[in-house]
Amino acid sequence: MSKQPRWFAALMIFALLALVSVNVAVAQDGITQLTILWAEWDPANYLQQIGNEYEAETGIKVNVIQEPWGSFYDRMAVEWAAQGDAYDMVVGDSQWIGQGVEQGHYVDLTDFLVSEGIAETVTPATLQYYAEYPTGSGRYYAYPTEGDAVGWAYRKDLFEDPQNMADFEAKYGRPLQPPETWAELRDIAEFFTRPDEGLYGVGVYTQIDYDGLIMGFQNAFFSWGADWKNENNEVMGVVNSPEAVEALEFYKDLYRFAPPGTGNAFFAEMNDVFISGQAAMIMNYFAFFPALINPGVNPYAETTGFFAGPKGPNGDQYVSLGGQGLSILSYISPERQEASKAFIKWFAQEEVQSRWAAVGGYTCNINVLESEEFLSNTPYNPAFADSMTFVKDFWNIPQFGELLEPAQRYLHAYVVGGEGTAQEALDKIVEAHQEILEDAGVLGG
Amino acid sequence: MLKHEAQATPAPASRPSNRRQISDRSLSQLFIWPTLILLIIINIFPLFYSLFLSFTNYSAIANRPPEWIGFTNFDRLLNSNDIWGYFSLTGRYALISVGLQTVIGFGLALLLRKKFRGSGIVTTLILIPMMLSPVVVGLFWKLMFNPAYGIFNYLVGFSNPATAPDWLASPSLALWAIIIVDVWMWSPFVMLLCLSGLSAIPDYLYEAAAIDRASAWFQFRRITLPQVAPLLLIAVLFRTIEAFKAFDLVMGLTGGGPGNATQMISVEIYSQAFLGQFRTGRASALAYIVLVIIIAVSNVYIRTLNKVREG
Repeated sequence: MSKQPRWFAALMIFALLALVSVNVAVAQDGITQLTILWAEWDPANYLQQIGNEYEAETGIKVNVIQEPWGSFYDRMAVEWAAQGDAYDMVVGDSQWIGQGVEQGHYVDLTDFLVSEGIAETVTPATLQYYAEYPTGSGRYYAYPTEGDAVGWAYRKDLFEDPQNMADFEAKYGRPLQPPETWAELRDIAEFFTRPDEGLYGVGVYTQIDYDGLIMGFQNAFFSWGADWKNENNEVMGVVNSPEAVEALEFYKDLYRFAPPGTGNAFFAEMNDVFISGQAAMIMNYFAFFPALINPGVNPYAETTGFFAGPKGPNGDQYVSLGGQGLSILSYISPERQEASKAFIKWFAQEEVQSRWAAVGGYTCNINVLESEEFLSNTPYNPAFADSMTFVKDFWNIPQFGELLEPAQRYLHAYVVGGEGTAQEALDKIVEAHQEILEDAGVLGG
Repeated sequence: MLKHEAQATPAPASRPSNRRQISDRSLSQLFIWPTLILLIIINIFPLFYSLFLSFTNYSAIANRPPEWIGFTNFDRLLNSNDIWGYFSLTGRYALISVGLQTVIGFGLALLLRKKFRGSGIVTTLILIPMMLSPVVVGLFWKLMFNPAYGIFNYLVGFSNPATAPDWLASPSLALWAIIIVDVWMWSPFVMLLCLSGLSAIPDYLYEAAAIDRASAWFQFRRITLPQVAPLLLIAVLFRTIEAFKAFDLVMGLTGGGPGNATQMISVEIYSQAFLGQFRTGRASALAYIVLVIIIAVSNVYIRTLNKVREG
């Protein structure tokens, strides 16, 4: 008699556990929920809004899990290593795609995207950088979801001030207006650098962690005609080419006109120096520009203008690619994979993409990008649509993280620390890259 | 029937229990084993597993099992000029930072040794920095070092932001910036240990010295310092080990930059293990090299401490 309650309790616990397991199984088989991992930022909130519409239409709940940018990659990498099924999809960085594909983390979406006609609805550049691997292979592993690129914001009140306009024209022999070339941008930066007034010409990326500095420097690097590799993936003589050296010297020179204390600055710091009135121009990803047109955040919101990345000395014009594509993780069940495809198919529709753009997402849909509604939606959308036609990215092979590290370190030492010369910095980077690529078998030893 | 039952039932006091008695030894083991199991899972297993990984080319995200590569990781690390540079930097940082903390901490303890009105509050206020999170400390010192609006440059005499030094962006100043913050944060810890040492010195030693007309310097050298030395050495030992592991302050202030001007060895381990690289095997090997160095340095300290104790 005394043992009965214990047996009864054990039986109850067992029954409860069994019930929970059955419930989970039923939920998975019926697919009542889709989980998407993304970084913690506004576009993820916008995706949640769109996901709520999907739930209203289909009854399938879309849950967008947000992870801070600093640990976003780590969290995904750990999940990949564990072959976990906690997430159905990830809005992964463009540089991850090589790793996602080569290590089998991403589902091949080629047939799905092509047969459903989805591939042709997005701009070729976004399909190439967010979805395709290897480049030129025609194999797609993501739906280009959040297009992004580095653009520029400037203070129209300063640019349109009659005194500034007259002084600038007198000094440089041309009118003060948003720059079309890097040389013009440098002159404007120099002109507005007035430490006594607490004003500086330009805010540029310099952060040493992950890819911050590279994402800033690349805008000049590519526009000078330089690249991280040639068509045979060779780096020696490419990364440290005369054009690359010139571009790096230019970027360091530009940093002279940056507000003090921005020696380790990325997107948050860029907006900070602009909002606090310290910088006349800043570079930043378009995804961070909504704050700059919000008068509650930016006191210069009414007079903030935007322009696309300027041209290099030979007329080349490139900007660093940001943004991400939506990939399905291969460790989930076939049913969940199908449910994920159904979501992508719904999300890729033009009317949904219009709503995605309207709530603040950066669509990659060609028609929506070209629509008058999109272009007039925000003051920076025209520059964004323009920029998405000349984006370029860093390596996207699985070794991209290893390649980033020495490049960041040596670039930072030269640009911020002032150590050595541009040639020496690039020589060190190319040596490190050569070794990493040889070890990885990308280059013959 | 009732009578029979009553007869069959022994008196409660003399009845042997149905349950097994737990001996003291079993009871102690019951308390100890959960802790031991936790220690084995959380500390001992990772320690040995990371030792194994240090001989492999394992990457935590590569989705493939560890592959044995012998001493390749150690060979690469020990033949890398960069790594020796980071060790040298860490050693320099530990030496200067711990040295300054010792002098300032001991000095503060001497000042606070004699009780005065409000000494309790003053001591508590001085202890506040060491109670703060290093990440928070890093963030607010980053603001204070900002040449445009930070207060630090004003305090050291630079009132014009245009000409004020950018502490965190200058290769020659960045290390000093971290040292300043570390000293600010941890000198109170040294002070605390020294204070407890000072309060344990019997007054009669000073009284005897005073009768012998010993000078203040003589009393300090012959009484105060030897009596406090064991605790001071413990403080120095703790701080040295912590300085070798300097990570959170560095990441909060400079991220190892500019370039690699403040790339301490712990930051390098983190960089190898994470930050997009995920060279788990190589990072484990580097961690073991650091462990061996810390054990060696600690041994030197402990031997010195024992000598001091033996007089």
